[in-house]
Amino acid sequence: MTPDDEPELEHEAAELVRPYVITNGRDLLDGSEFSLITLVTVHAEPPRTKPLDPEKLRLLELCSGGFLSVAEIAGHTRLPVGVVKILVADLAREGHLYSRAPIPSAQLVDRKILEEVLNGLQARFG
Amino acid sequence: MGSRLALDDGVYLRNSVQTAAKILVVGHFAVGKTTFIGTMSEIPPLRTEEVMTQAGAGIDDPKGAPDKTTTTVAMDFGRLTLSEKLVLYLFGTPGQQRFVQVWEDMTRGALGALVLVDPQRLDESFPVMDLVEHYGIPYAIAVNRFDGTPSHSLDEIREALDLLPETPVVHCDARDQRSSADSLITLVRYLQSRVN
Repeated sequence: MTPDDEPELEHEAAELVRPYVITNGRDLLDGSEFSLITLVTVHAEPPRTKPLDPEKLRLLELCSGGFLSVAEIAGHTRLPVGVVKILVADLAREGHLYSRAPIPSAQLVDRKILEEVLNGLQARFG
Repeated sequence: MGSRLALDDGVYLRNSVQTAAKILVVGHFAVGKTTFIGTMSEIPPLRTEEVMTQAGAGIDDPKGAPDKTTTTVAMDFGRLTLSEKLVLYLFGTPGQQRFVQVWEDMTRGALGALVLVDPQRLDESFPVMDLVEHYGIPYAIAVNRFDGTPSHSLDEIREALDLLPETPVVHCDARDQRSSADSLITLVRYLQSRVN
């Protein structure tokens, strides 16, 4: 099997690419592609894979209840953020987890998101 | 293994949420970041820890142990679901220069920063303001009110902090939800004015 740190993902089989489609086609070559606020959850139909590490099983169970951010996963599991990113990246690569894409860098924030944030704050606290 | 980790429903985001946004709550030690986040968050605030190597030479840190090569940095954060589709995360970020690695991660994708300042210790806010400016994060100043401290006018604080004329400065009581929300609203309005 491919080692966990194998970087040559571009050449993996097609079914392993599927989870990335949901992140708008961005490559998820390692944990750095997951930010603190990347939202992840489990696939409804988990793939059949070799038995998972206890840490990954814990993480999958935590994520089975719905969407959580990478930061929340780190907070609930008390694992360092860097470790969580790698585990999440592995699990996404193996087809267990999928993510919603985070918003791009601050320079590219469109006014729509700011407007939604403002409206949301005002509706909730105004 | 064995212990169930799946949590109560309230812990999870609504399935309809598509977008996550992030605002930083920054400031020097004990300025009220954790209080602010606890006041605003819909979930009990969480803490993440990042293990990092010590920043390189040239960083002046008289208190740092010279023989220590790794540090654990704790960050508190909270969550606010703002609509069916949008969730906002508030991250409390330490202001020390030696945590630059954490800042790389924190500032990525941040809409902006709310800089909490203590009017009695304004000079301690300079390093964190330098960091925010270094990373090009637009910010507003929230002057956290502490019991028994004499009130400073916002103009005095603006002058002491040497702010740009357009940088918003507001009073804020980090223990009060309405007051804290108002300072966030001020920040987001300012962010909007920069985009338009």
